[in-house]
Order: sequence, then structure tokens, then C-alpha cells
Amino acid sequence: LAERTNLAGVRHILLVLSGKGGVGKSTISTELALALRSAGKRVGILDVDLCGPSIPRMLRVQDSAVHQCDSGWVPVLVGQDKALALMSIGFLLERPDEAVVWRGPKKNALIKQFVTDVAWGDLDFLIVDTPPGTSDEHISTVEALRPFQLLGAVLVTTPQ
Amino acid sequence: AEAAELRARLRAVRHTVLVLSGKGGVGKSTFSALLAHGLAADESRQVALLDIDICGPSIPKMMGLEGEQVHQSGSGWSPVYVEENLGVMSVGFLLSSPDDAVIWRGPKKNGLIKQFLRDVDWGEVDYLIVDTPPGTSDEHLSIVQYLSATHIDGAVIVTTPQEVSLQDVRKEINFCRKVKLPIIGVVENMSGFVCPKCKNESQIFPPTTGGAEKMCQNLNVSLLGKVPLDPQIGKSCDRGQSFLAEAPESPATLSYRNIIQRIQEYCEQHHFQEEKIM
Repeated sequence: LAERTNLAGVRHILLVLSGKGGVGKSTISTELALALRSAGKRVGILDVDLCGPSIPRMLRVQDSAVHQCDSGWVPVLVGQDKALALMSIGFLLERPDEAVVWRGPKKNALIKQFVTDVAWGDLDFLIVDTPPGTSDEHISTVEALRPFQLLGAVLVTTPQ
Repeated sequence: AEAAELRARLRAVRHTVLVLSGKGGVGKSTFSALLAHGLAADESRQVALLDIDICGPSIPKMMGLEGEQVHQSGSGWSPVYVEENLGVMSVGFLLSSPDDAVIWRGPKKNGLIKQFLRDVDWGEVDYLIVDTPPGTSDEHLSIVQYLSATHIDGAVIVTTPQEVSLQDVRKEINFCRKVKLPIIGVVENMSGFVCPKCKNESQIFPPTTGGAEKMCQNLNVSLLGKVPLDPQIGKSCDRGQSFLAEAPESPATLSYRNIIQRIQEYCEQHHFQEEKIM
């Protein structure tokens, strides 16, 4: 029931994918979120890159802490108007240089939690930033999001 | 018994170098390919290049080996040879089409990596270079674990100058320390661009927090060198040619060669010290 509640208020879910690393997925996710916010939309970003979470730094909230409420984790609200919500594993690390050296099963468990246990509230768009590849994170994220309003994927590349 | 199998297979490998990052797209595969070419320029040396990036294997294309298949013989899988003294193995050779996605979870990836180490008949190898995917996950844990059957000289960590990369690279450095993997040093790629026409230098990826140099100072790690951006590098990679051979006069080539030299010296010195101890 909690699962339905947490994503039930999200109108559209968008995945940002590549396959290749370093092409600008996180940058695009961030800019897309900011552009949608400028257009008056309520936006959330879910950063499921467990090994290399870049979004907190890009939004200058890398020193934020996350709290829990009754329905789950409270996302970090970004900006003066607090109109952009962000959840990333970056917030759960004790030290920013700490490596998340986890095998697949542990990553899968956390991703499931991230997808279902963040109290997003009402959002027009939830943008999900992913790591490079086609592995555990991607399979788990798509599986966990399948019951919800998955709009589709934006694929990022560079010319070569 | 498995460890014994791996140890037997890898017994004839003199030096092993892992190429890591933490960040994607910084030039690990490019660097691995050029390190292999650079070391194999000495024809008396036998070089092996193992690509364990299972989701995004770039090495076949970069080495001009797209479309090649792996052959089996009585002694195991045969690497694909670019030169007589340079053999390559990658999941790319096992796919029926280069666009086939390998959508595997960790355990299956680990299985293939183990097979690469156990079943490939590398023969006598002076240098085994292992190209890895970005991150600190299954592939990285597994390769370190499986290669403990032999010995790893160390890791070369690749980055680009900006903080968003360094952030992930610091984690990789910590990973190496956690698993007691010696760090040969760090390579800063895409470090500046010199216009071939006006010779003006631009920082395409500005080192807003001091770049790899500052990070290496802070973490007490060696900076092996900085390589400038050269559009020829990407072109050579796309065409499967060695950039070092195609652009011998490029400042990037000079940087790469110096870095390769330093890695060689590190490995030879290390080996010499080990032999002294024995």
C-alpha cells in the first residue's frame, strides 16, 4: 500500500539511459529537470547510479542529509523555491569519497527501496538518472517501475 | 581447486595491470588499447589485453577486431591476435552482432570473467592488461578476487580534469586501498586542447578543483601524466587503428608514450624487487 502511495502522485516517469559512460546522462537529467521546473512543473530526480552518484554535486546539495517520515524517505528539496526534489545514494554515504563496492543483489535491494520508499508527493515528472551499462541497476529499476506511469526513456550519446 | 586452476592458467603471466576509473567515458579503453600497442611495439614482448567490460565492450572496435570470433582448441579458448605478440579477449567476440545487448546481472558477469581467466589459452605473457567498466561493482570485485591467484602489479586509474570525474575517481582510489590493490598512478585524460591552427590552448573540461594533480597530491598517489585532447584519438579508435602509429607527432602521443614508459618501469622495478626477495 505504501508503494502505491509513494509513486501514485507522480504523473510521468522518465528514464535517462545510455549504455556508454561519460556522455552526459547526469548532466542532461539535471538540465531537463531544471528546464521542466522553469516551465512550472513539479519535478523529482531519482539518481540510481550507486557507484558514481553525480546529481547532488550538480545541484549543489552534496552536503545534505536525508530524513525518514512515515511513508519513507523524504527527498532533498533543491533551490530557493524548493520546487525540485532529489533522492540519491550520494546522501546516504558517510563520506563522499567512500566507494559503494556492492555486488548486484545488494544494489538491487537498494534500488527497489529507492523506487518504492521515497515520499515524492505529487510530481508532474520523475526523472530517473542511471549509470552506464545494461546490468543490475537497469534491470531492477525497470522491474520496480513497471507497475507505474513509465513514460519512456531518453537515450544520451556522443558522436563517436 | 578453482583457485588452483586459475593459478595454473595464469602462472605464465609476468605482469598484470588493471585499468580502472570509477567514472565512465574518461578513456579507460582507449588507454588500455594504447598501453597494449605501446608495450607490444617491442616484438620480443608478449602482450595480452583482456576486456571485462561486459555491457559495453569497446576493445574489439578499438583494436580493429570487430566481427572476429573466438576459436576453441584442446588447450582452451584462443585469444584473437592483432599482432603475433598482441592477443585480445572480449565478450564482444562472443556476440552474434555488435548491437546485441548483454543484459546480465552480476553473478552471470562474474561467471564469464572467471571463464576468461580460466579457459583462455594466453600462453606465456609478459604483460596482461585488463580493461574494466566504470564503477566499483561485481566486475571489479571479481577480477581482483580471481587475479589473487596470480599477482597484480597494480592499477592505473584514468580520469578527466573536472570535479564530477574526480569525485568518482576518489572512490575508485579508496576501492583499491580497501582491496589492497597497489596504485601505479593516475592518468589525466582530455587535459586541455591545443588548436592545430592558432595553437591556443583551451580547457574543455576545466579543472575547477585542481584536477588530477591536486587530487594526487591530496591522496598521495602518483600522477603518471596528462594527455591533451586530440580529435585524432577518437577517430583512430573508431577506425580500430593505433593512435600512436597514426599520429606519432601529436603532443598526446608524446604524453601517452611517457606514461607507458613509467608504467613499464614500475612493473619491471617491482618484479626485480620481488625476485631479490626470493
